[in-house]
Amino acid sequence: MADYLTLQGWLLALLQTALFVTAAPLLVGWLRLLKARLQNRSAPALTQPYRDLSKLFRKEVIVADTASPLFRAAPYVVFSATVVTAAVIPLLAVHLPTAAIADVIVLVGFLALARFFLALAGMDVGTAFGGMGSSREMTIASLAEPAMLMAIFTLTMTAQSSNISHAIDFLLAQGLVLRPSFMFALLALLLVAVAETGRIPVDNPTTHLELTMVHEAMILEYSGRHLALMEWAAQLKLMIYGVLIANIFFPWGIAVESTPTALLLGLAAITGKLMLLCVVLAVAETALAKMRLFRVPGYLNLAFLFALLGMLSHVILEVGA
Amino acid sequence: MLSLLSGLVGLGASRYRSLLRLVCFPLLGLSGLAAATGGLLVLTGDAVAAQLPLGLPWLPWSVRVDALSGFILLLIGVVVFAVAVFGPGYTREFLHGRHSLSALGVFTGLFVAGMQLVVIADDAFMFMVAWELMSLSSYFLVAFQHENAANRRAAFLYLLMAHVGGLAILLGYGVLAAFGGGFTFEAMRAAELPALWAGVAFALAFFGFGMKAGLVPLHAWLPEAHPVAPSHISALMSGVMLKVAIYGFVRVTFDLIGTLQVDWGVIVLLVGSVSALLGVLYAMQQTDIKRLLAYSSIENVGVIFMALGLAMIFLASGQPLLGSLGLIAALYHALNHAVFKSLLFLGAGAVIQQTHQHSLEHMGGLLKRLPYTGTFFLIGCLSIASLPPFNGFASEWLTLQTALQGVVLESGVLRIVIPVTAAMLALTAALGAMLFVRLYGIAFLGQPRTRQARQAHLPSFGMRAAQGLLAVLCLLLGVLPALAIDVMGAIPQSLGGLPEPGITGEGWLWLTPVSPAVASYSAPLVLLGLGLTWGLFYLLLHGRKEQPLRRVHPWDCGFGPLSPRMQYTATAFAQPVRRIFQPVWQLDEKVERLSDDKSSQLTGLRHQLLVTDRSWGLLYEPIGRWVLRAARRLALLQSGNIRTYLSYSFFTLLFLLWLIT
Repeated sequence: MADYLTLQGWLLALLQTALFVTAAPLLVGWLRLLKARLQNRSAPALTQPYRDLSKLFRKEVIVADTASPLFRAAPYVVFSATVVTAAVIPLLAVHLPTAAIADVIVLVGFLALARFFLALAGMDVGTAFGGMGSSREMTIASLAEPAMLMAIFTLTMTAQSSNISHAIDFLLAQGLVLRPSFMFALLALLLVAVAETGRIPVDNPTTHLELTMVHEAMILEYSGRHLALMEWAAQLKLMIYGVLIANIFFPWGIAVESTPTALLLGLAAITGKLMLLCVVLAVAETALAKMRLFRVPGYLNLAFLFALLGMLSHVILEVGA
Repeated sequence: MLSLLSGLVGLGASRYRSLLRLVCFPLLGLSGLAAATGGLLVLTGDAVAAQLPLGLPWLPWSVRVDALSGFILLLIGVVVFAVAVFGPGYTREFLHGRHSLSALGVFTGLFVAGMQLVVIADDAFMFMVAWELMSLSSYFLVAFQHENAANRRAAFLYLLMAHVGGLAILLGYGVLAAFGGGFTFEAMRAAELPALWAGVAFALAFFGFGMKAGLVPLHAWLPEAHPVAPSHISALMSGVMLKVAIYGFVRVTFDLIGTLQVDWGVIVLLVGSVSALLGVLYAMQQTDIKRLLAYSSIENVGVIFMALGLAMIFLASGQPLLGSLGLIAALYHALNHAVFKSLLFLGAGAVIQQTHQHSLEHMGGLLKRLPYTGTFFLIGCLSIASLPPFNGFASEWLTLQTALQGVVLESGVLRIVIPVTAAMLALTAALGAMLFVRLYGIAFLGQPRTRQARQAHLPSFGMRAAQGLLAVLCLLLGVLPALAIDVMGAIPQSLGGLPEPGITGEGWLWLTPVSPAVASYSAPLVLLGLGLTWGLFYLLLHGRKEQPLRRVHPWDCGFGPLSPRMQYTATAFAQPVRRIFQPVWQLDEKVERLSDDKSSQLTGLRHQLLVTDRSWGLLYEPIGRWVLRAARRLALLQSGNIRTYLSYSFFTLLFLLWLIT
């Protein structure tokens, strides 16, 4: 354990986290640009999310008079929990000290912590929208979580470790092996990621229509810097799922040792992978329509089914083979 | 150590006469402290044994405190102490009522003494006596507010089921004693049971202790009995008494029976996961705050039994290291549940005392009116929703890690069953998070829904202090799990010499079940990371100058002011779950359209929803009908004629004489 808890390692981990947090709005900018192009609209600038954030940070905060102190603390908790999640995930390099702090189950726990406060904040002001958003968000999350953990279990049982760095190491050492269990787990995780980050067809991040909104309903009462933190956390969450999928299922290119060339290569690799993933997401979001809320359980059951199939094929086909 | 134990019993005895709550609760607190220190001493030191000059002449009561009983004693002590601090303020409202405070004091003392004696008993005889003491005295506590017919019914149901369970435990001990040739645990431990009889003993113990612990489908008494007792008693029942049942199960299965079988483990695992899932789903539909917490106890007991089942599977398949990992996970969750559930019940007690409302739909906005209770309750909610870095997460994480090690097993079926149950655990945890968002969001956030909720005042200092103590414990057990688990390391050793799992092999910062390469979790560093990010951004945003903040009315879409009735209700919040998991409940939903007589225009809607536990219709009512029918048949014997009765005696006598010749 102590062999990579070095000062250099901690510094690198800190830098990687900072890069993760600052790059998240860029990813959203890229996604919006792609979507606009696909829909024949003229696209906003790539840096538009940064401008939005900085504007929100400077604006006055308006708080409802029915709000409790929890309302003002929640954005900080949500944002901190999401940043800590980002710190744990290997972005450029594996075996950074932060990766040992938490394994992939704890990571799911961090996201749950953020969601818990998000949902509480939605109910704090006492409007009808907030409660509706919280109820829907928690329902969707509680159905998504088993599917996600099942997919992760498939992975950890293959790699014999629930530590992401060790799992990536294992996969790199294996080389390119086509595993049916991984295909199913990837499918499951993609479906879960769409649901958890509130993208179409589960939720629409650009809607403010009362009947359909989920995430937006919870943050409806926020403004100024509080809103900026909430938005930033949502952007980070999208990037977290992107990096998880990219680096676990396609780990090639990630830096195994911390030399400058390896790190640069890692940066190039993850940029390429995320850009490609965004293309997939943008195409899917353009091609699909949002579904009714009560179709979502069916969708998440499909995700769970995929994850279960992945687990079964792992146990039947791969163990001992 | 010995004097401490006898002192404990003495304290228990002296409490009965003390009628004043001023004497009662401090004595209770002392007893709690003594139990906690005693437990801790044994955990870090050696086991203590003695024989009490009590009991029957040829059957002296023997006591023995080893690491396992020390641990449970510690758990009892902590909660009893907190309850003793909470009690004086809480029982103030009973002072001028027509309830007998002395009954409350006497039976609380007996109840606590009974639980402590169960844990230190070293023979089946004393165990059963203490067990009955615990069950009977808690019956009187459940029936405390007996003017309400529903409370009497709940208490009777509790008494009935406690005795059916007690009978099963007694029979289980009977099987063990028959092969061991004595009632002492030592004789039972040495006995070599044939597989069939071991199975019978296990089944009886699982049934009996499972009934007391509230496993589905034997849980029916729990959501009835726990909510109707006074809140500090509910805290004791949910927080501690269920753990005593778990102690009994662990003692009999892991220690006395000793040689485990894989099938038993699978049964325990499956029953545990079904209990966990159904517990949380039923809790989701409750609007009474204490019933909701009682159902959530069923969920947590299910989680504990899942970990125990995993431990049994691993032990039976020759993986003692993983077996003790599961055992530690189960016991750690038991400790954590004791702490946060009693915190939540005490919080619920404070809320009910201040608002005189039991239903979530009549609360709201309480965080602003009860800031201390609200904050501590939030910590309890975060812990029970198993969120890092609080204590519930640490133990659920260990359980999941145990489950992930299912790959080492040889049976392909088990390798699939275990991850599927782990996914059920994940679903349970996620639904649990939703449940406590619902509880906290409806009761403590938003606007007050009734006048009583608007006029809630701060509870007394003792009540706040007790909750604060438990909340701090939640955080400590969550942030420093390695230290706590280090202390628990002696427990597997005391149960037939199982190895100590190397969970804390990397020092106090890390939890590393199996090995650091497989999984690691560092709660202190997580807390540090959260704190640093929070601090950094708070400074960045507030550092330069005072930031503007304006308070206004919330946006009302231009239709005039928002009223509290426009908020989401607890029933509405759970509606999506109700719709998705529909077959789980017996739903009776009626929507009535109210219309004007003249214009037949719709003037209003009346919505009625009744959610019933399916186990009543499927299990309890058929059994009840059957028992009644059997009783009616038997009643034919009783003619009321003295000559008939005399002839019964005569023939019985003849029969007995024939038997002995």
